[in-house]
Amino acid sequence: MYLLIPFLPLLAFFVAATFGRYIGRKGSTIITTTCIFLTAVLSTIAFYEVALTETNCYVQVTTWIDSAILHASWGFLFDSLTVIMLIVVTYVSAVVHLYSIEYMAHDPHIQRFMSYLSLFTFFMIILVTADNFIQMFIGWEGVGLASFLLINFWTTRLQANKAAMKALIVNRVGDFGLSLGIFAIFFVFGAVDYSTVFASASDLIGYKFFFLHMEFDALTVICLLIFIGAVGKSAQIGLHTWLPDAMEGPTPVSALIHAATMVTAGVFLIVRCSPLYEYAPSTLVLITFIGALTSFFAATTGAFQNDLKRVIAYSTCSQLGYMVFACGLSSYSVTMFHLMNHAFFKALLFLSAGSIIHAMHDEQDMRRMGALNRILPFTYTATLIGSFALIGFPFLTGYYSKDFILEIACSKLHFMGVNNLAYWLGTITVSFTTFYSYRLVFLTFLSKNNSFKQFICSTPGHPMHEANILMGLPLVLLAFGSLFVGYLTKDMIIGLGSPFWGQSLFALSSNIVFLEAEYLPYHVKLIPFVFSHIGIFFAYHTTAFFLAGGAFGSTNKSASGIGQASLQKSLMFYRFCTQTPIVQAYSFFNQKWHFDDFYNRFIVQKVLSFGYHTSFRLLDLGWIAYLGPYGIARATTFFSKTFSKLQTGFVYHYAFIILIAITLLLLILLAGTWGGAPFWGNGSTSAAVTGPSDLTLHFIFIISFCSLSFA
Amino acid sequence: MILDIIRYVAVAVIIYILGMCGIVLGRKNIIIMLMSIELMLLAVNLNLLIFSVYIDDLIGQFFALLILTVAAAESAIGLAILVIYFRIRGTILVQFIHFVKG
Repeated sequence: MYLLIPFLPLLAFFVAATFGRYIGRKGSTIITTTCIFLTAVLSTIAFYEVALTETNCYVQVTTWIDSAILHASWGFLFDSLTVIMLIVVTYVSAVVHLYSIEYMAHDPHIQRFMSYLSLFTFFMIILVTADNFIQMFIGWEGVGLASFLLINFWTTRLQANKAAMKALIVNRVGDFGLSLGIFAIFFVFGAVDYSTVFASASDLIGYKFFFLHMEFDALTVICLLIFIGAVGKSAQIGLHTWLPDAMEGPTPVSALIHAATMVTAGVFLIVRCSPLYEYAPSTLVLITFIGALTSFFAATTGAFQNDLKRVIAYSTCSQLGYMVFACGLSSYSVTMFHLMNHAFFKALLFLSAGSIIHAMHDEQDMRRMGALNRILPFTYTATLIGSFALIGFPFLTGYYSKDFILEIACSKLHFMGVNNLAYWLGTITVSFTTFYSYRLVFLTFLSKNNSFKQFICSTPGHPMHEANILMGLPLVLLAFGSLFVGYLTKDMIIGLGSPFWGQSLFALSSNIVFLEAEYLPYHVKLIPFVFSHIGIFFAYHTTAFFLAGGAFGSTNKSASGIGQASLQKSLMFYRFCTQTPIVQAYSFFNQKWHFDDFYNRFIVQKVLSFGYHTSFRLLDLGWIAYLGPYGIARATTFFSKTFSKLQTGFVYHYAFIILIAITLLLLILLAGTWGGAPFWGNGSTSAAVTGPSDLTLHFIFIISFCSLSFA
Repeated sequence: MILDIIRYVAVAVIIYILGMCGIVLGRKNIIIMLMSIELMLLAVNLNLLIFSVYIDDLIGQFFALLILTVAAAESAIGLAILVIYFRIRGTILVQFIHFVKG
C-alpha cells in the first residue's frame, strides 16, 4: 500500500503520456484523476497509520548505488513529516486534477497536461518520501522538470517559454548549492541516508573542514548550502524572481506547483534537516532574517501588483518567507503547520482566481474587473474564505499558524538581536498581507465594474456564469480545508507536548519557546490583529477611487449628492497619488523593488556579454581557434604560397639555390668532421653518436633556412 | 711542390667559380650559360688531371677522358634543346624563360 502512493501517479503519467492518443481526452482525464484520488485516499490511510497511531513505516525496496562507503538505496520513509506532506501534496493535486478537467476542457492537449500534472505529483511524492538525500534529489530535480514542462505548457507563447526557462535556471542556482550540500554531507558524514546523518549530527559539533580553501564549521557550511537549495526552490529573496513569472502557466499549475507543493519543497527540506540546523545556530539566524525579509519584500511588492495571479504569487512568496522565518526560530512544527494550512487556502485562492479568469475569458488585470460578486457569488465566497484564512482572521485556518509564528518570534526577542528586526518585519508584513488580500477582493468583486461588455455578456443568452461542478467541487473542498483544518489539527500538530511529530523533527530544548509564546502578554497577541485591520483600512481607502461613483458596483447613485461628494474625494485622491514621490514609490514597489532590473542589467547581461565577447569571441573564436584549426589552416596556406613563390621559373635562381645548398652542406659537413662546435650543439660527440639523424636534421635546417631567406 | 699544386688548383677553382658565376649571373644569353657549364666541366677536368699527376695515379686521367665525352654529349643535347626551343619561342633570352613557376 505504501509503495502504491508514489507509483499510482507514475502509472497515471505513463498511461496518459503513452496511451493518451488511444484512450482519448476523457479517458486520460478520468484515469489520471482516479489514480490521484486513490493516492489521496491511500495517503490518508498512511496518515492515520503513521501519524495518528505513531507507527513509522520504512520500506526498503532495493539497492541503487553501492560503491565502497557510498550506499544509496531506493527506500521510502514514512514518518509524521512525510505523511503530512503527503496529505498536502496528494489532496491539492487531486483537487487540481479534478479542476483541470473543466478548466482545460477546451485545450487541445489535455492528455499531455494531465500527464504532466501526474508526473509532477509523482516526483513530489518521491521528494517527500525518500529516505536518503540522493533519492530526495531525484524528486527535487523532477519537480523542477515538471515545473518547466507545465509553465511551458502553452509552448507557442513566448512569455511562457521565457518564464519556464527562468524558473528552471533560477532553480538550478539553488540546486547547485543543494548538490554541493549533499557532497559535503557525504564528505563529512560518509553517508547520505537520513537516519545515519541525523543520528551522527550531534557528534560533529565544532568539526571543521576545508571549503573554498578556508576552514569552516562543517555543519554551518552544510546547512548554508542546503539553505541555498531551499532559497531557490522556495523563492526566498534573491532567487525569488522565477515565482511571479511562473504565473505564465495555466492557473491549475500555479495552484498546484507554485502555491501548494513545489515551492514548499525547500521548506520541507529545511524541516527534514532540522537535526543539522539545530547544531548550526548561526545558520538559523540567517534563515530567520532571510525569511522575514522575504515575507516583507514579497508582501510590499504584491500590494502594488495589478495582475490577479501575480498578487497571489507574491502572497505565496511572502508566506514562504513566514515558513522559513519559523524554521529559523526552531519551530519546525509551526512551519509544517503553516505549510499545510497555506497549501489549502492558497490553492483555494488560486483556483478561485482561475475561476474568475475563466469567466472573464482570460482577463487577468484586476483593474479591468469589478462588481463580479453579483455574477460570480460562489467564486466570491471562495475567494473571501481564502482571503480571510490568509490574513489570519480569527478562528480560520491561517489564524492558528501565522499568528503563532509571530508570537514565537516575539518570545524569542530576548535571545538574539536579529530577531527583533525580523519580528517587526513579520508584523508589518501582516498589514501588507491584509492590504493586498482586501485590495484583490475590492477590485475584483466589490468595486465599480470596469470590464468590457463582451466579457460580461459574450453572446446573447449566454452571460458570464459560474463554472460547472468540476470546477466548483475543488473550491468547496479547499474552502472546507481553509475553514476547519487549522482548528481541527492545531492541538495535534503544534499542541504543547503533542507526540504527533515523534522523532521526525528535532529541536534543541533551549531553542523551544512554545511555552513562552503561549503565555505572552495579551496586548502582544493582539498586535497582528490590529495590524491586519490597518491593512483593511488602507485597502478600502486606496481602492475607494475605483469604488467611487457608487457603493459596491451599483451605479445609480452617481447623480445624487453622495456621488458628488465621492467625486470630490476621488479627485483629491487622484491629486495625492500623482505627486512625484508617491509615483516613484509606487513604481519601485510595482517593479518588484527593481530586483529583475538589477539581475538583468548587472548579472544576466554581464554574463551574456562576457560569454559573447570573452569566451566566444576572444577564446573560442580567438586564441584557441588561432592556435588550433583556423590558425593552422591559415599558416598552411601562407607557407604553401610562400614556398610556391620559390619556384620563380628562372633557371639561374635554381642554380643559385643549388650553389648555396651545396656550400652550406659542405660547411656543415666540414664543421662536423673537423670537430668544430657548430652553434646548435656539440658537433663532434653528437655527430659521432647520432650521425645520420644529425645530417637529416641539418638538411631540414638548410632547406628551411633557404626558404625563409626567399620568403 | 705544395705551392705548385696550390697554384694549379687555384687556377682550376677560379675557372670553376667563373663558370658558376656565369650560370648564376648570366641572365641574357642561354648560349653563355652552356659555355659556362663547359667552363665548369673544364675546371673539373683540369683538377682531375692536376691531382692525377700530383698523386701519380691514372684513374684521374681516365675520368678526365670520360668527362670529355660526357661534356661533348651534354653540349650536343643542350644545343639541340636550344634549337628546338628557339624554333618554338623564337627567342633564347633567359629572362623570358620562366613559364614553369610556382
